[in-house]
Amino acid sequence: MARSGAAKRVTRMVTVPEKIPIRLTVNGNRMELTVAPWTTLLDALRDHLDLTGTKKGCDHGQCGACTVLVDGRRINSCLTLAVMKEGAEIITIEGLAHDGELHPLQQAFIDHDAFQCGYCTSGQICSAAGLIAEGKAKTADEIRELMSGNICRCGAYPNIVSAIQQAMERS
Amino acid sequence: MASYIGSATPRVDGRAKVTGEAKYAGEFNVPGLVHGYVVESTIPKGRIVRIDPSGALEVDGVIDVLTHRNRPQMADKDDAYKDEVATEKGSPYRPLYDDIVLFSGQPLALVLAEDWETARVAASLVKVEYQKAPHVTDLHTERANAFAIDKPEKPRGDAEKAFASAAVRHEAEYFIPTEHHNPMELFASTAIWDDGQLTVYDKTQGVQNVQQYLCGVFKMKPDAVRVMSPYMGGGFGSGLRPQYQVVLAVLAARALKRPVRVMLSRAQMYALGHRPATIERLALGAKSDGTLDAMTHEAIAVTSQFEEFARNDTGWGNLLYRSPNAKFEHKLVKLDVPTSCDMRAPGAATGVYALECAMDELAVALKTDPVQLRLQCYSDRDQGADIPYTSKQLRECYREGAAAFGWDKRKAEPRSMREGSDLVGWGMASGVWEALQMATTVRIVLTANGHAEVATAASDIGTGTYTIMAQVAADMLGLPIDNINVKLGDSTLPQCPLEGGSWIASSVCNAIANTARAVRGDLLKLAIGMKDSPLAGAGVDDVALIDGKIVSRRDATRAVSIASAMQSGTADRITREEANKVAEDKSHARNVHSAIFAEVKVDEQLGVIRVTRVVNAVAAGRILNPKTAHSQVMGGVVWGIGMALHEETLFDHRFGRVMNANIAEYHVPVNADVHDIKVIFVDEPDEMVNPLGIKGLGEIGIVGVAAAIANAVYHATGKRVRDLPITLDKVIQFN
Repeated sequence: MARSGAAKRVTRMVTVPEKIPIRLTVNGNRMELTVAPWTTLLDALRDHLDLTGTKKGCDHGQCGACTVLVDGRRINSCLTLAVMKEGAEIITIEGLAHDGELHPLQQAFIDHDAFQCGYCTSGQICSAAGLIAEGKAKTADEIRELMSGNICRCGAYPNIVSAIQQAMERS
Repeated sequence: MASYIGSATPRVDGRAKVTGEAKYAGEFNVPGLVHGYVVESTIPKGRIVRIDPSGALEVDGVIDVLTHRNRPQMADKDDAYKDEVATEKGSPYRPLYDDIVLFSGQPLALVLAEDWETARVAASLVKVEYQKAPHVTDLHTERANAFAIDKPEKPRGDAEKAFASAAVRHEAEYFIPTEHHNPMELFASTAIWDDGQLTVYDKTQGVQNVQQYLCGVFKMKPDAVRVMSPYMGGGFGSGLRPQYQVVLAVLAARALKRPVRVMLSRAQMYALGHRPATIERLALGAKSDGTLDAMTHEAIAVTSQFEEFARNDTGWGNLLYRSPNAKFEHKLVKLDVPTSCDMRAPGAATGVYALECAMDELAVALKTDPVQLRLQCYSDRDQGADIPYTSKQLRECYREGAAAFGWDKRKAEPRSMREGSDLVGWGMASGVWEALQMATTVRIVLTANGHAEVATAASDIGTGTYTIMAQVAADMLGLPIDNINVKLGDSTLPQCPLEGGSWIASSVCNAIANTARAVRGDLLKLAIGMKDSPLAGAGVDDVALIDGKIVSRRDATRAVSIASAMQSGTADRITREEANKVAEDKSHARNVHSAIFAEVKVDEQLGVIRVTRVVNAVAAGRILNPKTAHSQVMGGVVWGIGMALHEETLFDHRFGRVMNANIAEYHVPVNADVHDIKVIFVDEPDEMVNPLGIKGLGEIGIVGVAAAIANAVYHATGKRVRDLPITLDKVIQFN
């Protein structure tokens, strides 16, 4: 049985996949990083680029907390390998405010108290930005339906809908 | 200056949360961070015969694998593992302690690697051989082995006799399945070991609870352990007790002398605490005039084999309805599962669900309107203790809630209201919870430039603690809210209880008021010391702090600015630490109340149920912030919708394992499930409950909601479903 430190004596039999250099544009900044092929975009953002605003809630595309915008479209970054996004333009929650001025959705989420614990909030806001860009949702019912990939366990849904409506009206 | 207390102040931590700046426990990327991944048991009961980490150790990047056989030393006595909310009876679970398997999903090994993906793949290569033992995970098959808890509610009269001779009777069993909290944030801890000093970022509802627990488990001195939790991505009770990942992270950090992060997967979180599956039996007997004569409430809930977790489900009827004869019994059944734990309104979410469905059924039997029945049986006293309430505006909740809902337009007959292909149902229920206060200390540091830091070791689990602390401090110190800096979520701050039980608002805010009064006293002394002081002769309660000044309450023209008072006394800061006064007075009951009205629409062909409208009218004393208070209660209603229609942890009892350990197959409400929710706060001034009249809101929002929805489903369909959740298969044969 190994004791702490005993691992050093073991001959390595299993090698992990070789890391690959990739380039991403994240929040307008060109980034070069080296990641293993099995690293998700979510983990690349959080662990490699220290952009922890993007949240991990399930790692299975079930909760939406990891939603980011890739080339303008909202995706679950936990279901996307970073190496698949070579050259892509990525916007995370950290990239929405400009020069200290909040994005209209960020302000609307504060105005309508559209969150409590805040852990789903980055994903909700990025998802809402994607939703508005899609131009599909017009009514509250359509917003509810098309925002249902983003779970909020605190139950702020009615306020999330109000916040998105406010931002839609102003955009 | 307008008062912040009572105003809809936006969250002071709002900006940090909408920009992604707020850091949660698993987000501290310190240099040299080691990633831990847990290997869990695949059997619910037995022993580990052999555990072979060699496959994992062969993976490039793996540093070590910790198991019960090679872990660093941990305490060997139960007391060391008993945290603030540990059960009185039993032996707390000790992660990686020995070879005994107590539940499926129990951590058996921790794989440590240079990155998370490597740790995860290596964890799949750890081989475990077990000696299985027979297990039980089904409450229904074990109910004959139920045993009563030590402190039941006292009986009154002879409930059985009164029930037997009652003019109208209702008797039925209700069932609530196991539920999991599923906070959005995964449980995570980051442990940083620095030459004997330990700093831990932990997902917890109580930093000081975890700090004391770690000191016990690792035999460390209190000043060598600091636990931080500046933000918490949802708790709902799951973070009241220290969870096992914090022990594993600290074990590894001590073993490796490196910083370690352990983040659980969503699936692994189904081996933490849960709301226990509970069978509830109600027997209500009424006189022909529609008043209660007999009330029996029995509950059988699940606990683990190794701890007796009990939250009395019965007895809530004592607070709501007069009945000369009453009997209560709360029992437990031990199963091979993790110890159940507090989950939003523990004991009440479940017990009041059953009670309020039973009252609805009694109303049907009596051919009485459900609101009318509740008014007929209304109790102005807590009958268990036979004492009056500090305040109880529940009648007003019924009145305002019914008016806002339009209850008077309800047709009593089930299946009598329709809209197209939908059957429409209207149901209601009452809610009740406790208005508690716990001992809390707050520190205020006021600087001469009119800024103040307000600190206590509370947590803000999304409830809005940061914001209400800033509001109360700003008012009490007479400063703009932007000048208040709130510090919490750090075990080195002044003593504060766990964030739970709806007691934080009352406890912390009354402590702020006391500390602010002490600061005011210090300022007054400085002001009186000034030459020709306009405040000469004034006492601390003769003055107030308003707009940066110390002002006479009798004559507002007599005032001294904080800046000049401090300048004259050459004080650049005033630091005070005071506690709240927790009332020992047992002469009055302290409770919050609510009335919930729900509308459901049930597709007649498909059985699909939608909750289209909910009105929740709450009487909870002083509302500090209508914005965050509304969110609290609205969130509780969403939880009630989930409890009524969606949530159920499903076991395969043959293997003793959870089948739906993920957030897609364990259904929680999503945006499309939630429609119109109206929250009403009924005016309820209460100077007796505590000086600021605060009762707390964390739990009351969920209590009674599932019952109101279940009653509405009955009203829509004529079908009474007593086993939660009410899924379409249970209602589809409603003809």
